[in-house]
Amino acid sequence: MDLLNGPWQRELGRLPWGVVLLVCAIAGFGLVVLYSAAGGSLYPWALKQGVRFAIFLIGALMLAMVRPERWLELAWPIYGVLLVALLGVELVGAVKGGSQRWLNLGFMEFQPSEMMKLAIVLVLARYYQYIPKGYESRPDVLLPALALIAAPVGLVMLQPDLGTALSIMFGGIVVLFLAGVRLWIFGAATAAVAAMLPIAWNLLHDYQRNRVLIFLDPESDPRGAGYHITQSKIAIGSGGISGKGFLQGTQSHLDYLPELHTDFAFATMAEEWGLLGGLAVIILYGLVLAWGIRTAMGATSQFQRLLSLGLMATLFFYLAINMMMVMGLAPVVGIPLPLISWGGSAMMTVMILLGLVMGVARANRQANG
Amino acid sequence: MDDPIRRAQFSRRALLLGAGMAATGSLLAGRMAWLAVFEGETYRLKADGNRVQNRLVPPRRGWIVDRNGKPIAMNRPDYRLELRPADMEDLDATLIAIRGVIDIDLAEELRIRDDIATQPRFMPVVVRSGLTWPEFSACNVRLTTVPGVAPVQSFSRHYPESDRLAHLIGYVGAPTPEQYRADRDPLLIYPGFRIGKDGIERHEDRRLRGAAGAAQAEVTARGELVRELGTRPDQPGETLKLTIDRDLQTYAARRLGDNSASVIVMDCQTGDVLAMVSMPAYDPNVFSTRVPARLWAALQEDDHTPLLNKSAMGLYPPGSTFKMVTTLAALEAGVDPDESVLCTGAYRLGNNLWHCHARRGHGGVHMHRALPLSCDTYFYVMGRRIGVDAIAAMARRLGLGQEYDLPLPGQAEGIVPDKAWKQKRYGKDPKKAAWREGETLNASIGQGYIITNPLQLAVMTARLASGKVVMPRLIADKTMPDFPSLGIPDTHLAIVRQGMIDVVNARFGTAPAARSPVADVLIAGKTGTAQVRRISMAERRTGVLRNEALPWKQRDHALFVAFVPAGAPRYACSVILEHGISGGRYAAPIARDVLTYLFEPERALAVLPAIEADAATRRTERSTSEAAAAIAQENRRMMPSWLKIDIKPPVFEVADPDAPQPPREPE
Repeated sequence: MDLLNGPWQRELGRLPWGVVLLVCAIAGFGLVVLYSAAGGSLYPWALKQGVRFAIFLIGALMLAMVRPERWLELAWPIYGVLLVALLGVELVGAVKGGSQRWLNLGFMEFQPSEMMKLAIVLVLARYYQYIPKGYESRPDVLLPALALIAAPVGLVMLQPDLGTALSIMFGGIVVLFLAGVRLWIFGAATAAVAAMLPIAWNLLHDYQRNRVLIFLDPESDPRGAGYHITQSKIAIGSGGISGKGFLQGTQSHLDYLPELHTDFAFATMAEEWGLLGGLAVIILYGLVLAWGIRTAMGATSQFQRLLSLGLMATLFFYLAINMMMVMGLAPVVGIPLPLISWGGSAMMTVMILLGLVMGVARANRQANG
Repeated sequence: MDDPIRRAQFSRRALLLGAGMAATGSLLAGRMAWLAVFEGETYRLKADGNRVQNRLVPPRRGWIVDRNGKPIAMNRPDYRLELRPADMEDLDATLIAIRGVIDIDLAEELRIRDDIATQPRFMPVVVRSGLTWPEFSACNVRLTTVPGVAPVQSFSRHYPESDRLAHLIGYVGAPTPEQYRADRDPLLIYPGFRIGKDGIERHEDRRLRGAAGAAQAEVTARGELVRELGTRPDQPGETLKLTIDRDLQTYAARRLGDNSASVIVMDCQTGDVLAMVSMPAYDPNVFSTRVPARLWAALQEDDHTPLLNKSAMGLYPPGSTFKMVTTLAALEAGVDPDESVLCTGAYRLGNNLWHCHARRGHGGVHMHRALPLSCDTYFYVMGRRIGVDAIAAMARRLGLGQEYDLPLPGQAEGIVPDKAWKQKRYGKDPKKAAWREGETLNASIGQGYIITNPLQLAVMTARLASGKVVMPRLIADKTMPDFPSLGIPDTHLAIVRQGMIDVVNARFGTAPAARSPVADVLIAGKTGTAQVRRISMAERRTGVLRNEALPWKQRDHALFVAFVPAGAPRYACSVILEHGISGGRYAAPIARDVLTYLFEPERALAVLPAIEADAATRRTERSTSEAAAAIAQENRRMMPSWLKIDIKPPVFEVADPDAPQPPREPE
């Protein structure tokens, strides 16, 4: 491995430490929120989350040391393995009866759909790396790419996990967009989706339909399923500009806010830290995304560009959907806020994602300098 | 390897994507600012609404006591279980949960379901009241987690004298949905909260109600108490002291037996109403909880009108008790009290004869004998001479035809007719509107248009006896009222009072039955027997039917008004027995006993056993005959004549006769 051979100090120095600092700041703030959500206690969430973050951060830095070309080589195998794993999940679920989202590997529970969010970007970046300019939108190029997206999306839909399926689809489409597929195709696709919406509606499960309906009118069922959105909006709104103060949130501490440490962690945070806290989180993430875009634009190969920006778009999707959900702009889908919400698998996904992009950044600094 | 054109295109698209991200970020920031800044106040209130639970502490209702401080309406602790449909999730599951703790029988369950279906959702529904302490504590332990179920400790109203003060005091009940919609007072939907529904309870409700206290507590989403934030104690309602003498009221009510009647006793000097009895009545203790539909129907159908406060709302022709008014009006018009009128038993006006109650006539009658004899002819003559307007004016001075300022939800005004009244009443038809002489004759003996309530008759008597403009009062306050004089010369009043003394005490008086058994205390009074039906000419020729032979509804009303002691009047009284046949024979003894009770209670109480035994037998007779009538009614209901039994023979499935026998169980 080049890691072992290369000069350590120089390689480490090429890592984007500024972004590592940003990520640590976000995760640190997340730990503060989790500490408060537990009623001012490290247990059961904050301490474990902190340890987990430390481990994942080291893991991400190690991933960043891998040369992007290695990922180019591994793209097809990774995608293939994950697709098989998704099928496996489907089969195990069918055998056991009922839906299942993870495989038990003995030492850990592995959720292939989570990893597929990254793998779809990886495989499409690989795919378009070798498509010459001008050929991107040709049907014989576009259709296989769409098939690459459709296969995992379909499998995840069957689980059924709408949030993850949308996330995979978004990642894939963003890569197509960045690769230069003609804009009119996106316009046409949007129109087609709009036309098919009624059909999709019929395919949705009852609970999914309910979520959409309640999103459209949360007050219709303030004690039932609309409760989440209503209480979350109350938490954010009652925080005001500067918040109620650390450990002073009433919505969270008196259990009015459901899922206060996972999907609705942003509301828990906003209640105590107010608009200023919310803007801080948005700006910190904005800086991370901006760094990601800059990294992508400065990368030296189409693969690296597509990979890094596609991954950043996936991160953005997490953030945007979660925040829109807690603010009542999107229906309730089980998407956590990266680095702040309690939960290992989402954090792992995001840290791997950041590790990959950091690797691209490192490789290009190496090339330039 | 890296194509700069491709790179440029990528950069364009990347910037486009970045712009999209930035736009989304600003959208999120803007949305958050909107929630936190512009709608922040709303959401802060909502957060506090979540967090802070305001619990009402309902005030205890004020007691009502009599003039001596004896309780008339009081509070007793009551434990009940209530359902709040608005908070409830699933009725069936809730009922099952409740059944795990206390019994609910089918009838109760039906009632609960019915209430929930018919009442607005914010109204609480009583599951069961009157829980025992062990039941109540079991509910508290095991049902607090069931949403919408609330064990409630409250005070229920208790009326120790049950029906004897029912019409006066009224009863309490749950507020109506309309009242809540009008007031929006959260107290009105507080489980078990009661407001006055009738009588003094209703009229003085605001004073008796008090002010609710509040307790604020911080609670979690599951309703667990985190801490108390503060309490404001409730303010119990005022204790209301009445002028009523509870013992006298009770005595009068018992003395009435099973009559449909009213008795009022007043203090002539202060206007204090000592007793205001209207019988039969309902039990306000039952009315303050829930009234069984059958009882309600029975009360409504009863011809003795137990739901009507006869003392204030009943209207009766005053009959001969009105003759004091005519006498005073005549004196005021300058009639010589010694002028004699010849009574032949009838008085002719035009083609008609106006009869006196004495068929053979009283002979020569002057004013001093007119009242004791109750000679109708004398009053026909005098009434005609002075005219109806003079009579009506005197009647109004004595308090008839008006409502008094009393804490009662309703009083019947009655009618004191005069020419202006008739003009107003029948103004459209000039032929009808003109006052006719014959109507004056009727008015002068208290018949015809004139109609009064028992309270007005008591006030009239009190005014005659004291010579002052006595106003009745029911609520005792410290101030002693000082009434102005009536402005009637004492000589005139003395003639009337002496006449009333003679009614009872003179040899020729109409009410010897009212003579006082108490030494040195003379009762003065006046009988009245008011016709309720027309007596036709044919009937007069063949002889008027005796009242006793008539059905109850057609008998005359018996009236008696009195004051005592005759020399220095202190108490005034009016007694009305609906369809009581004769004032002198039936109403007068009741007045005598009630007034005796004021001086010698033991002597008055001694007459009760016989009367109550008598009333009890009559009541049993009545209920047995009613039951028999109901059975007869039931038996008379027939099926139609074309009734025909219509049953078809049953059809059996016949199996295939050729089918082989299947394997069978060994026999």
